[in-house]
Amino acid sequence: MPGKVVTITSGKGGVGKTTATANIGAALASYSQKVVCVDADIGLRNLDVVLGLENRIVYDLVDVVEGRCRLRQAMIRDKHLGDLFLIPAAQTRDKSAVSPSDMVRLCDELRPDYDWILIDSPAGIERGFRNAIAPADIVLVVTNPEVSAVRDADRIIGLIEAEEKGPARLVINRLKPEMVRRGDMLSAEDVLDLLAVELIGLIPEDEHVVMSTNQGTPIVLNGKSKAGQAFRDIARRLQGEQVPFPPLEDQNSIFKRVSRLFRAGGN
Amino acid sequence: MASFIERLLGRDQKSARTAKERMRLVLVHDRTDLPPGEMDQLKDELIDVISRHVEIERAAARIEMTQDGRQQRLIADIPLRPTRRRRVGS
Repeated sequence: MPGKVVTITSGKGGVGKTTATANIGAALASYSQKVVCVDADIGLRNLDVVLGLENRIVYDLVDVVEGRCRLRQAMIRDKHLGDLFLIPAAQTRDKSAVSPSDMVRLCDELRPDYDWILIDSPAGIERGFRNAIAPADIVLVVTNPEVSAVRDADRIIGLIEAEEKGPARLVINRLKPEMVRRGDMLSAEDVLDLLAVELIGLIPEDEHVVMSTNQGTPIVLNGKSKAGQAFRDIARRLQGEQVPFPPLEDQNSIFKRVSRLFRAGGN
Repeated sequence: MASFIERLLGRDQKSARTAKERMRLVLVHDRTDLPPGEMDQLKDELIDVISRHVEIERAAARIEMTQDGRQQRLIADIPLRPTRRRRVGS
């Protein structure tokens, strides 16, 4: 079966696209899938440092597109997972160095040999975004439960539909269950209600993410991390498994129990 | 008592609720590319057109954009005035 192209995008910057790409890629590879992660954020290369591969770069995406190297020469094998590869972005060029049809051609060359091709899209709605979604079979939109991120996510979901790449699937990142419980953060239900798309991942805020990024190690390799578990769940859902969303709130919280009691009584 | 239960359930007007209400409006206007000012103008014009044909209760007319999945819908609820009975012979 030819590989599937999954583009990870967001509209707003800083919501966790690169972290999501690295960790969904690592999770898929940990399930014995062959995975290539492509950093499409030309000029603002970052997927390499998140994966801890920054010292191994020789060629990049623009070198491949402009024919200075063969595709395989630009692919860097991950240190931890033998089936995970990175094609880094160029750091000294801009987005116009690559076109949407270049991306389609590149992915078509990868499809026969890999199960998953993940594309880390740049923020924004311009050329870089169009490059990133052009070859996509599935588009994941990452957002945070905050007004600016939700608004930009809505805009990008509309553009994805207009490009006939929909329906987009939503990853809600950096959810703080404690704040949701207090009523001071939009809940996953609120965000889904507003955006009216299907949820594929719910990632709780987790300090392990910063720690593992510091070390350049995917969080999914940390068995204790809740965020790592949430990324593994996304990888399983992409593979077609029905994985329930675990309750994020503290099960022993008195509030939760009281509200359950009321809800049970009310219905 | 009601407010105590509301608070216990975390359902009083907290910042998340405010955020959701604000977003609902913002997204409607973003999706339709219709700024709030123009929406008001559209309402006025619509009411004018309808009132040219039938008598309506202007003050009670409600015209609003609603969300149905990712689709927007313009809903108009415009009460009509009862027709005055024509007096026989006049």
